[in-house]
Order: sequence, then structure tokens, then C-alpha cells
Amino acid sequence: MTNPVLELKEITTKVNQGTNRELTILKNISLKVNKGDYITIIGTNGSGKSTLFNVISGLMQVSVGKIYLNGKDITNLKEENRSKFLSRVFQDPKLGTAPRMTVAENLLLALKRGEKRNFLPRNLKNYFPQFIQLTKSMHNGLENRLNAPTEVLSGGQRQALSFLMAIIKKPDILLLDEHTAALDPKTSATLMNETDNQISRGHLTALMITHKLEDALKFGNYLLILNQGKIKFIFGKEEKKRLTVNELEKFLI
Amino acid sequence: MNMIVSAIGQGLLWALLGLGLYLTFRILNFADMTVEGTFPLGAAVAVTSITQGVSPILATLFAGVIGIIAGLITGLLYTKGKIPSLLAGILVMTAIYSINLRIMSKSNISLFGKANLFVNKFLSNLPKYFDSVFIGLLFIIIFTLFISFSLNTNFGQAFIATGDNPQMAKSLGIKTDRMIILGLMISNGLVGICGALIAQNNGYADINMGIGTIVIALASIIIGEVIFKNLTLNQRLVAVTLGSIIYRLLLLLVLQLGFNTNDLNLISAIVLAICMMLPQLEKKFNLKKVLLKGVRKHD
Repeated sequence: MTNPVLELKEITTKVNQGTNRELTILKNISLKVNKGDYITIIGTNGSGKSTLFNVISGLMQVSVGKIYLNGKDITNLKEENRSKFLSRVFQDPKLGTAPRMTVAENLLLALKRGEKRNFLPRNLKNYFPQFIQLTKSMHNGLENRLNAPTEVLSGGQRQALSFLMAIIKKPDILLLDEHTAALDPKTSATLMNETDNQISRGHLTALMITHKLEDALKFGNYLLILNQGKIKFIFGKEEKKRLTVNELEKFLI
Repeated sequence: MNMIVSAIGQGLLWALLGLGLYLTFRILNFADMTVEGTFPLGAAVAVTSITQGVSPILATLFAGVIGIIAGLITGLLYTKGKIPSLLAGILVMTAIYSINLRIMSKSNISLFGKANLFVNKFLSNLPKYFDSVFIGLLFIIIFTLFISFSLNTNFGQAFIATGDNPQMAKSLGIKTDRMIILGLMISNGLVGICGALIAQNNGYADINMGIGTIVIALASIIIGEVIFKNLTLNQRLVAVTLGSIIYRLLLLLVLQLGFNTNDLNLISAIVLAICMMLPQLEKKFNLKKVLLKGVRKHD
């Protein structure tokens, strides 16, 4: 039997440990993510959604429990070293890109995610055909702005770029942290559809946090509900189909 | 004319300081106060070595190496010791003051009658003051080319990304701590060499010669940026040298106007403050419009 891509084993996360402000955020969470799974995650504020991602990406250490990636224990692996296997898109478009570097430079950085950066000329121009093709897939004019610093891009273009940077080198696991939440409804819907296309086309394994219940039902093959640091429910694709937004709202309370 | 050539020569020699600080201040977003210590440290090491019989080239190299070590210490204090950047720099700068006194055993050492980089047959055949122009150009060209090449490698791009968005850099697997340490090392190495060159050019090393160096370095960077806007990275590196030359010419102008040389640091700080405020002043008083109005034909 093959190992799950990602396995969380009885994860508990505490902040301010040992002080009187100690707070337990994730409580005894266990989860197996298999290859090709696309899990949408919902939960109220403070339910631990972002902490879950922080723990998986290595931004935050677990207090108790183990994390396995492809069967390998990565619990104590630093964030920089986990980047070899996983990539993440943040909610804030500013977090995912280097503002003074151009779109093409950002893409090249991401193409070498997790690799040793050598002392050889980067030969950026050689990558342009690949970058043009990739950016065209987002249908938002990004392909015409490859030489523009990312700080001058619109929020939608910048977030589309963050997403492309996360998938340009296929990650074992893709974390999408409400990546369309900061965008206007139309741009958000476009990026969401494109995200879905790219995930199914690339057979990516992905976890996606969202606040939009419609999106949580529409996309992905599993739906996970977090509540007060615990996994409250997991729905499979067939169960998801039968759910309505109203019913889902009740699960959140 | 001689004065202008001398100012250009000084500008070229001091440009190395600006180039060093550019790496930390502009690329890594790290205001590194260490340079105020590394500059006289480079001078002290080079001059003391030369007085001990070491060849000037080797002595200049020593100055670079010792600068690299100073940068390493600041880098470790910041990344591993989690001391804020400004304080880490100030700590190392303060410590270096004592070390400089140890190296020189007194507050001032002269190179009178000793060999140095500026005393050789070839340079003595050049017209007056062209020796500093030659040496300055030689060093600044070598290091500008080196930095320009490095920044355009995959490694250099990761270095730039570290300063631009450290969180993103980390998530792409870039070891940001290592990048910051390395940046500080190279930067302070250049500043150490600059100190060695200036000391040899002046003919002495002085314990207080570091005071105000960060302002001079920032002036080179910012004057270059204010005058030549919207540049590519390579052009920006060259603009630092041009900024350094313009700064020296400005100082020359100020001295010609009859200001006291004791007021140089005050004047430097004022020049820098004005340059740094220019974008704000431009916005507030709509300077561009006012200036353009002055040269446009009247209706």
C-alpha cells in the first residue's frame, strides 16, 4: 500500500506555552491526504484553519504529534526545507511575490523552489516562452507584463501570479489559504475556476481554505469542517453533492 | 581643475563604501551601522600591516577579510541572536572602536615614508590627483562587475528576493538567514577595503575616521537615485559611483563657498536629509510643476 502524501498524526498546537496566556489552537488532529485529493476546508474564525496550514508548511512547530510527507517524518523539518515538497498561496497578494522583482523574475525564483541556488547566470530570457504560455492560461493579461515589477500589478494579477508560482514546479502538496478572499467577486471567481482547472489538469494534491461555502461545495473531492481546533466533519464527494449551503451553515455553528 | 579631478578621485575611492552599503541598505533592507566601525577597521588593519612591512596589496586584502569577519558577527547577532538589525550593527561598531585602538595602539598612525598602493612608478607618471582616479576606477570597476554578475545569477536572485520579501523567499526554500549573513559579509568586506584605500590615499589611519561614513554611503546611494530615476539594477550599481562623485563635487562647491571644514559632517547630513526628503517635497509643493512653469513660455 502506498503512503498518503501527507499524514497528520494526533497534532496539538499550543501558543505561549508555559505562560498564563497559553492557548491550545489545534487539538489532537489526525488527517490523511492521498495523492490527487483536493480538500476544501471551512471553519469559523479561530477554528485553526490557518494554524493547520502553518503547521503543515513548517511556519509553526507542533507541540505534540507527528507530520509525515510521503511516509517521511517531517515534523522537525524547517520551512525552507519543506518547500521542496509543498507550496502555499496566501490570502494577501503581497505575501506571495517579491514586489520589486519582475513577474518573470518571480516565476524563475518559483521554478527553482526548494533547489540549491547556483552561482550561474540565470538566463531569464530562455524561460520566456514557458512563462508566456503559463501566464496566458490565467486569461488576465499577465503574459504582457512579464517585465513589470509585481508591485505595479493589480491585486488579481498579483494573486494569479502567486498561484502560478505555487504550481510552476509541481508540488507534492498545494496549500491554498483563502487565496481569492482579497479579490473582487468577478476576479475571485475567475481565479477560482482557473485554480480548479489547473488542479485537475495537473493532478495536484491540494488543501484549500475558503470562507465561501458555495466554493467549498463546488470545488474539491472532500470537505473538511474545523471547529475549535478539531476536525468536526469530513464529507466525501458524493455527500458533498447532496449538501446545500444552508445545511452547511448549520454544521458551522 | 585640479580640485575637480581630486574630487572625482575621492568620489571613485569612496564609491566602494556606497556600493557595500547598497547591498545591505537597498537590497536586503538592512540599515547596517557596522560600516561606521568597519571603515576605520579596514584603515587600521591596512596601515598597521604596511608599517609592519606587509605589502600594500596584501594589507588591503587583510582589510577586506577583517571587514568580512565584522559583517559575519553582525549577521550572526541578527539572525541567530535575534538582536534587531540596528542594534546588532551598533554593538559591533562599538566593539570595533576598542579593537581599532588595540590594532593601532594609539589613535593615529601615519604612513609617512612607507610604501602604499598610491606610491609606484606608473602612478607617479600620471598628472596630479590622477592616481586616486586610476586606483578608484580600477577597484570600483572590478567590484561593480563582480556584484552585477553575482546579482544576475540564480544565487543573486535569491539574495534579492530575501530583501524584497523574506517570507516568500523562505517559502521558496531560500535560506534567508544565510543570505543576510553573506550580504553583510560582502558589504563589510567592501567597506573594509574602502577604508584601507582612503587611509593609504590620505597617508594615515585615524581612530575617528569612521564617524559619518554611513551618511556618506547613503548620500552616494540616494543622490544617484534622485538624479537618475527608473534605472535597471545594473544601472543602479553604476549610479552609486556617480552619486559618490557628485557628492564630492557638492562638498567641493560648499567648501569653495567658504564654509568651515569642521562643518563637513553637518553639511553632509543636511545634503542627505534634503535628498531623502525630495520625493516628499516634490509631492507637497508640486516642485515639478513649479520648476516647469519657470521654464515654460508665458501665455
